[in-house]
Amino acid sequence: MKQWIAFWNIFIKDFRAYYLKPPNISWGLIFPFAWTGMFFIKSGGVQDILSMVPGVICLSILFGTTSLLSVTVTFEKKGRSFDRLLLAPIPLELLMLAKTSGAILFGVVNAFVPILMAAFLTDLSQVSWNAAIPAIVLIAASSTFLGLFVAVSVSEVFEAQTFSNFFRFPMVFLCGLFFPIERLPFFLKPLSYLFPLTYGADILHGAFHGGHMMAFSADFTALSFFCIALFLISLRNIGRRWIL
Amino acid sequence: MIPASHPWLRGIRVNALSIQGLAKRFGEIQAVSGLSFEVSQGELFGFLGPNGAGKTTTINMLTGLARPDVGAIRIAGIDCTGNPKAAQHLTGVVPDESNLYPELTGFQNLSFCAALYGIRKKEREARARQLLDTFSLADAGDRKFAGYSKGMKRKLTIAAGIIHQPHILFLDEPTTGIDVASARQIRHLIADLNRSGTTIFLTTHYIEEAERLCGRIAFIVKGRIVRIDTVADLLQPIQDAHVMQIAVSTADPTLQDKLTAAFPHLTFHVPGPNLIRVESGAPVHAGPLVRFIEDQGVDVTEARRIRLSLEDVFVRITGIEAHAMKREKEKGGGRS
Repeated sequence: MKQWIAFWNIFIKDFRAYYLKPPNISWGLIFPFAWTGMFFIKSGGVQDILSMVPGVICLSILFGTTSLLSVTVTFEKKGRSFDRLLLAPIPLELLMLAKTSGAILFGVVNAFVPILMAAFLTDLSQVSWNAAIPAIVLIAASSTFLGLFVAVSVSEVFEAQTFSNFFRFPMVFLCGLFFPIERLPFFLKPLSYLFPLTYGADILHGAFHGGHMMAFSADFTALSFFCIALFLISLRNIGRRWIL
Repeated sequence: MIPASHPWLRGIRVNALSIQGLAKRFGEIQAVSGLSFEVSQGELFGFLGPNGAGKTTTINMLTGLARPDVGAIRIAGIDCTGNPKAAQHLTGVVPDESNLYPELTGFQNLSFCAALYGIRKKEREARARQLLDTFSLADAGDRKFAGYSKGMKRKLTIAAGIIHQPHILFLDEPTTGIDVASARQIRHLIADLNRSGTTIFLTTHYIEEAERLCGRIAFIVKGRIVRIDTVADLLQPIQDAHVMQIAVSTADPTLQDKLTAAFPHLTFHVPGPNLIRVESGAPVHAGPLVRFIEDQGVDVTEARRIRLSLEDVFVRITGIEAHAMKREKEKGGGRS
């Protein structure tokens, strides 16, 4: 019970201190809004919205979660307030879940900005929400854990952003959001399958317009694997880099 | 909360801290080497040394922020060597830098720190208010930590370290870089905490602070403990020493030689260009000394008897000038 009191308060503190701050709210709203608008104008019609929304959801989650988590954790580590958490009698796994929960929720909220915009423009009744919602949560979790992985690997806030982009931009272009994976050059195709977003985007394409490449079960398994692997690698790195 | 089976609750007296052969290396630097000591329950134990001596590294290993390369740590009888989380519910840590959350108010910071130890809302809010009162911060409780003065930040950081009522409190340089009044108030609070039964492990470079507060002190230099004893025993060798300090217009080395030749039963030191220090096992008479010095053509501006302190003991044992250590730290010297 005591550990859950700690968990809940870390989550609430982070949400109030970081995620509900005006710049982050505006980032969380304006960024997905701008992406959606841009792609809508480019697509040239309402009929393309269903094929466009999965990509915008993925971009909104990916950029929102990785940016905020990597920056907030690096900021706390640099200001040494993170040491205060490490000194508390909470298992490291629970502590890091508490630190990442806020970012995961932020990512999920971000995802619903393009969905709400699309709801005004087209009929979403045929969307398979049973697949889309768990996929959104898992994309948010894997992106957050990627942000955690980045945060643990750097020591300065600006490095966190630079290092995030090292993963984010190749992922955006190779995960099937802009170009179908089957149309990528043969030497780039294997790389696509190394990114969690590939599997998340595939589920969302399937859920929104039925255009997916792999079975949902394979996508969910791969996405879950990435979540667990990134979380465990980050925990191991925290143990090695921060508990000297 | 200590488990019911814990020796402390069964009336068995175990050491608050027991450290055996602790060592830590960072690359080429041996930060700490072969540390072994014990701190009794309820003791106020001082850990003194210059920058880079290994004080903060030791605290980090004891509290779980660093892993020892070798050695064993027991906190309140609990073996924490491989599992630092095992006793974190019993310890409180006040780091050498104030590390609370700048965006939270003083009250929110304290309440959040209490929540990290699983204290329920009603109780943690009551404790936060009480501590804000105790530390004279009640009026600033609703202000953001970022806007606090250095002294206020230090006080709130100490309050955050004790909000869960730890049995053992690690205080790393608690009064460094703050104003005299705040430092004095913090020293009173530390003494009160210790009187109420909290075991305190205090690192400081203010030797007079350690002398005033601590029951026992360890001197650490280059990662090794060079002496560990009670303050009374550390001071014992200088209890019978008689020291006189003579301020002169100029004290060149030849004057020291002349004085040594003329007064062979006295020991002379020249700690500064205008100071001569005379030590003896018997009372030192100023008259003959002053006359002799003036006969050498050197003006004497003052001659007074001084009481030796723990600082002199520290200098004798470690060979490190205490003033230099203090200056180095206050210049913003790093962690040790």
